[in-house]
Amino acid sequence: MRQRTWRIPAAVCALALALAGCGGGGSGSDNTASSAQGGFTPPKVPMKQSLGKDEGAVSILAWPGYAEDGSNDPNVDWVTPFEKATGCQATVKYYGTSDEAFNLMKTGDYDVVAASGDASLRMIASGDVAPVNTDLLKSWSEIRPFLKYKPWNSVNHQMYGIPQGWGANLLMWRTDLVKPAPTSWGAVFDKNSPYAGKITAYDSPIYIADAALYLMKHQPDLGIKNPYALDDKQLQAAVDLLKGQRPQVSEYWSDYLKEQQAFETGDTVIGTTWQFIKNLITKEPVKAIIPSESSTGWSDTWMIGSQSKHPNCAYAWMDYIAGPKGNAASAYYFGEAPANIKACDMVPDKTFCDTFHAADPKYANKIWWWRTPISQCLDGRTDVKCTDYGDWTTAWTEVKG
Amino acid sequence: MANTRSGLRAGLLLTPPMLWLGVAYLAALAALFVTAFWGQNDFTGEIEKVFTLDNFKTLFTVPVYRTITFRTLGIAALVTAVDALVAFPIALYMAKLARPSVRRLLVIAVLMPLWASYLVKAYAWRGMLSASGPLAWLGWTPGYGRTGLIITLAYLWLPYMVLPVFAGLERLPDALLEASADLGSSSLNTIRRVVLPIAFPAFVAGSVFTFSLTLGDFIAVKIVGGPYQMLGNVVYDNVGAANNLPFAAAYATVPVVVMLLYLAAVRRTGALENL
Repeated sequence: MRQRTWRIPAAVCALALALAGCGGGGSGSDNTASSAQGGFTPPKVPMKQSLGKDEGAVSILAWPGYAEDGSNDPNVDWVTPFEKATGCQATVKYYGTSDEAFNLMKTGDYDVVAASGDASLRMIASGDVAPVNTDLLKSWSEIRPFLKYKPWNSVNHQMYGIPQGWGANLLMWRTDLVKPAPTSWGAVFDKNSPYAGKITAYDSPIYIADAALYLMKHQPDLGIKNPYALDDKQLQAAVDLLKGQRPQVSEYWSDYLKEQQAFETGDTVIGTTWQFIKNLITKEPVKAIIPSESSTGWSDTWMIGSQSKHPNCAYAWMDYIAGPKGNAASAYYFGEAPANIKACDMVPDKTFCDTFHAADPKYANKIWWWRTPISQCLDGRTDVKCTDYGDWTTAWTEVKG
Repeated sequence: MANTRSGLRAGLLLTPPMLWLGVAYLAALAALFVTAFWGQNDFTGEIEKVFTLDNFKTLFTVPVYRTITFRTLGIAALVTAVDALVAFPIALYMAKLARPSVRRLLVIAVLMPLWASYLVKAYAWRGMLSASGPLAWLGWTPGYGRTGLIITLAYLWLPYMVLPVFAGLERLPDALLEASADLGSSSLNTIRRVVLPIAFPAFVAGSVFTFSLTLGDFIAVKIVGGPYQMLGNVVYDNVGAANNLPFAAAYATVPVVVMLLYLAAVRRTGALENL
């Protein structure tokens, strides 16, 4: 039940936070992004200069599958070895969407967070995470260079975390119920789909980018260059596509257990997924691919909370999870390309890193990693104003109707 | 002298619960209402404490919110109607026909689901409604969506309708039923012209629960509602996903206003004395 019941506490926390916000000063609230490539000034948060004694505890906020302690599967456990080695008792909380992670970080209860590109910059801008002193991390030198100093994990050449890994949102289907096998995202956007009523989609405004990516390939006259940089007309086109998809949708998911169950019962037969969920479905035959249009995806970064009460344990965790052993275990279990070069030698499956193209920056660049849409177009256009995440949220409510 | 002292004692006894009600409940409502008039930074999600009516403007001008509000009201009304229809025969049997021992058993049976967790019951219905669940084996399942949602919510809130109606019918004197029969009225006619008018305030009392609980529900919608969204989901998504607390607060005032109007109407029927 752990994974299901967090929704209510999360909402309560957020509400309590709103009330607390009535009294507290709004420090750093007037920072706005002035340009797409990290041109905003993040609030001044001190960076750790040296490591001290471990505090004996660390609280971790992560995507499901990033910090397994054996409670889901006794054979899958890389948190306990960390606890034994450092004496830092880990408490782990999983979240379902980037927005949830962003809200939870505001509580200040978490020492480290694994954040995707659509949350990381917002956390930096709101002062919820601190700059990371990479000199204190042994594993830093083993991280693949093409993941360092990226616009979603650094500002002005200052890293705000250490990369975990990256991957793509996949198209999954039940091989016994969906024939012929799909090759395009068109399979979930077809208005006359034979699988109407059994299609699923990710329940977050960021899913609009999936529709935009499809339009980018199939309606070039719209001029979409980056699925996270949509002007009003382009957003409207994506929304129309999603509204056409809505009657075919059986349900939207953000809870991975709900999606797993829906595929197992056959209530859902095709839709977007993560490799991690695909691996969990063992009772029924499913397959997951990156379709011909390429895909949206994530590039995740471990960041440290600016209000962390256990900064030394937090650094110890970051060093461990981005180090060869921790990174190999978590990336292998989650099903993504590990960021650590040496992790590829540690995974049980020697073809793993080839399958996920872990060493291939060209392949990585084809995936449209989650970003936060802001009014300054991320594709560099200056003649129009792009739609921001607030617009996307409203649009997403309208899509669901 | 003695009077003042007992007054003081009552005051002391009542202070903690009144503080609880005042601080935890009314202050939270007040904070909610104030937040509804604030703005928000779209990028960082920080609340900007500047007075603005934008949230209410969005609420009234963007058609989707109206659609969702009316849909939620419609579902709440349907759930209430289904509960009233199902609850009446049960309550009538419990109050007027069952032997005392059977009646006790029935009261326990009606109350029993309240002892189980809300989530367990909702997930049980997710299993029931599934394409490979028991209903599908029997031949038909509505699947996840509006019908499934109404069934689930009607099931969840049924005890809240049965109990007030049962209490109302229990107070109905048997002599009235006998008089109606002596005057040659059929059973159906007696129910229509004697029982229902007297039990009406009890139904209204029950409907306060079923209506308000449906109005605020968002968890069952997520579990069995398919792609459907109700008012509670929009509030939840704006707190959780969009991180737009001011708008969530603005939208959350809608059910508060609806319930205030509803209670005002209910007060006129005298049903509040039945609660």
